[in-house]
Amino acid sequence: MVLGNYKQVIAARSTDAEILRGSQDGGIVTQLFAYALDAGIIDGAIVAGPSDEPFKPEPMVATTREELLASRGTRYSISPNMSLIKEVTRSYGLDKVGVVGTPCQIQALRKGQLYPVGLRDVPDKIALAIGIFCMENFPYQSIIQLVEDHGATALENVSKLDIGKGKFWIYTERGATVQIPLKVTHKYEQPGCHVCLDYVSNLADISTGSVGTPDGWSTVFVRSANGDDIWAKAIAAGAFETKPIDSVKPGIELVTKLATEKITKNQQYIEDRKTKFTVGKELRNPYI
Amino acid sequence: MGILESLKALLFGKHDVGGEKQDVKPEPARKTDAVKEAGKPADVIVEKKASIIKEPKEEKPVADKITVGHVHMSGCTGCLVSFADNYEGLLTILDKYADLVYCLTLADVRHIPEMDVALVEGSVCIQDHIAVEEIIETRKNAKIVVALGACACYGNITRFARGGQQNQPQHESYLPIGDLIDVDVYIPGCAPTPQQIRNVCVMAYLLLKGNDEQKALAGAYLTPLMNLAKAGTEACGCDVMYNVINQGLCMGCGSCAAACPVRAITMVYGKPQVERDLCIKCGACYAQCPRSFFSFDVVNQYEGIIDAIDAALQP
Ligand SMILES: Cc1cc2nc3c(=O)[nH]c(=O)nc-3n(C[C@H](O)[C@H](O)[C@H](O)COP(=O)(O)OP(=O)(O)OC[C@H]3O[C@@H](n4cnc5c(N)ncnc54)[C@H](O)[C@@H]3O)c2cc1C
Ligand code: SF4
Ligand code: SF4
Ligand code: SF4
Repeated sequence: MVLGNYKQVIAARSTDAEILRGSQDGGIVTQLFAYALDAGIIDGAIVAGPSDEPFKPEPMVATTREELLASRGTRYSISPNMSLIKEVTRSYGLDKVGVVGTPCQIQALRKGQLYPVGLRDVPDKIALAIGIFCMENFPYQSIIQLVEDHGATALENVSKLDIGKGKFWIYTERGATVQIPLKVTHKYEQPGCHVCLDYVSNLADISTGSVGTPDGWSTVFVRSANGDDIWAKAIAAGAFETKPIDSVKPGIELVTKLATEKITKNQQYIEDRKTKFTVGKELRNPYI
Repeated sequence: MGILESLKALLFGKHDVGGEKQDVKPEPARKTDAVKEAGKPADVIVEKKASIIKEPKEEKPVADKITVGHVHMSGCTGCLVSFADNYEGLLTILDKYADLVYCLTLADVRHIPEMDVALVEGSVCIQDHIAVEEIIETRKNAKIVVALGACACYGNITRFARGGQQNQPQHESYLPIGDLIDVDVYIPGCAPTPQQIRNVCVMAYLLLKGNDEQKALAGAYLTPLMNLAKAGTEACGCDVMYNVINQGLCMGCGSCAAACPVRAITMVYGKPQVERDLCIKCGACYAQCPRSFFSFDVVNQYEGIIDAIDAALQP
């Protein structure tokens, strides 16, 4: 249940060396979009691109392989990808839209398809929604605080940021590695993440993350009928190398464990908002 | 009280205004050939044809349909145009699910008749006694009153009216319909989108005529829009500050910015920044926000719901 509905879960990585080189994990997101673009399944995709500031993502519409390559890798900060969901069908003129997002962004997308209050002509144009796993996110100012203050590293010298194995990792251009325990990072998390009840993008067509599979590989959930169809075509086209999920370590149990932890913790926080902050009042609960 | 119970109460019990309107048998719908014959929604020429010849084969029993009216208050007709922008979908809706029994532009009916659903566009000018009478009449005659679009829900751009315009300079006070009558469902947005109107139409039909399972789903779908109607008649870009960011709920998805029809919202460092002078008070940003309302019961079924709506709109 905490993992949502899915048709299959597998370990996978891209067969494209160029994509793998700059990707966060198995290059699933970039490879899927690149394949879908080639195959005419999408006209382009909303991704988190680079911006003027290091590791600050900026939503962008990628309509070429080059633009997709530029968006590889995780930026652990808020990229409001949904802010482009209408514009992508307007000035960009896309009829078949791809979009990648955190679980909450995929929730926003599906709500938007069912309740398109301000999203005229958008609901029918979503061709491929890829979700990534997400435990928490950080405001950009928190990233500055963590890397420059706690990590004593200038952000412009950083080559990669990662969260894994209980730590926040900072890798620098000159080969140094700095690690910060997650108990330090927690307080800098985006507050809205603490009411989040989805770890593995339950509402995506296909969702993916690093947890569950070895370095360089990804865990992939194929969820919707549409996702199933696209995944089968991508496999047939040789886009991915796959392994059964029960053949890899640490496997699906770890995903289930982390998902359960996240959801239990946040459910508790939602409960606390009813009683622990207030007298005779409640903080607002968005889930009705 | 469960959703279904409250809906039943809402639909058939609460608005006991007229006294004589207790009978809940589906009204034999008056057929408006005008609309069905109008062809493309853009050609709104009303052409009355006496329908002596019945097309026996494709006609469904009329009692299966719900009766719907479009009531025009102070609005720009953009909401109605948006409804019409469902093109073939609109024709299917009028063919299979709803008879349009009242609509200034499309149906040749003078007074507000009894109907299942009234879609009210526009706010009410309280200096215009005809408008006031009509909105009261609408409440009396409709089982469900839907505020269609931002002016009816929240006043929207008419909030900024201050009178002085020719040729009725004394018309200066425009109120969202919820300040004058009880409203059951809100469809915010300026203009409300064709797809949102379409979804509400299909769901309203399922609620009134579907089987138990469909009724439950439709009830769950419509509940947030009914809650908006209960929540009040004021909307502003500030709502995403007051009710989302200030409440510690914003996660920076950007849906609010995408929904704003006047681009009053930009995302700055992952949070909405509202240019408050640009805001026309339409309520789209807040209603679109996944942290304003979000029902797992509904959204988890998105695939099934989208398929069902698509299927429902097949001619
Ligand atoms: C804030 C955050 C938290 C995460 N937490 C976890 C976790 O707890 N466990 C786990 O297994 N995985 C987590 N991930 C996912 C993981 O880091 C990888 O993004 C994922 O495995 C995809 O890698 P890939 O090699 O397939 O994709 P790539 O080919 O590298 O492409 C990554 C894609 O993600 C998009 N992207 C990057 N940053 C963001 C962002 N901030 N918001 C939206 N889209 C973005 C890029 O545009 C790109 O399209 C998290 C990701 C983010 C952004
Ligand atoms: S933890 Fe939840 S709310 Fe926060 S960014 Fe991730 S998916 Fe969104
Ligand atoms: S729509 Fe997204 S960005 Fe806007 S207020 Fe809601 S959660 Fe925040
Ligand atoms: S900020 Fe934009 S979307 Fe929100 S109420 Fe104002 S005009 Fe409407």
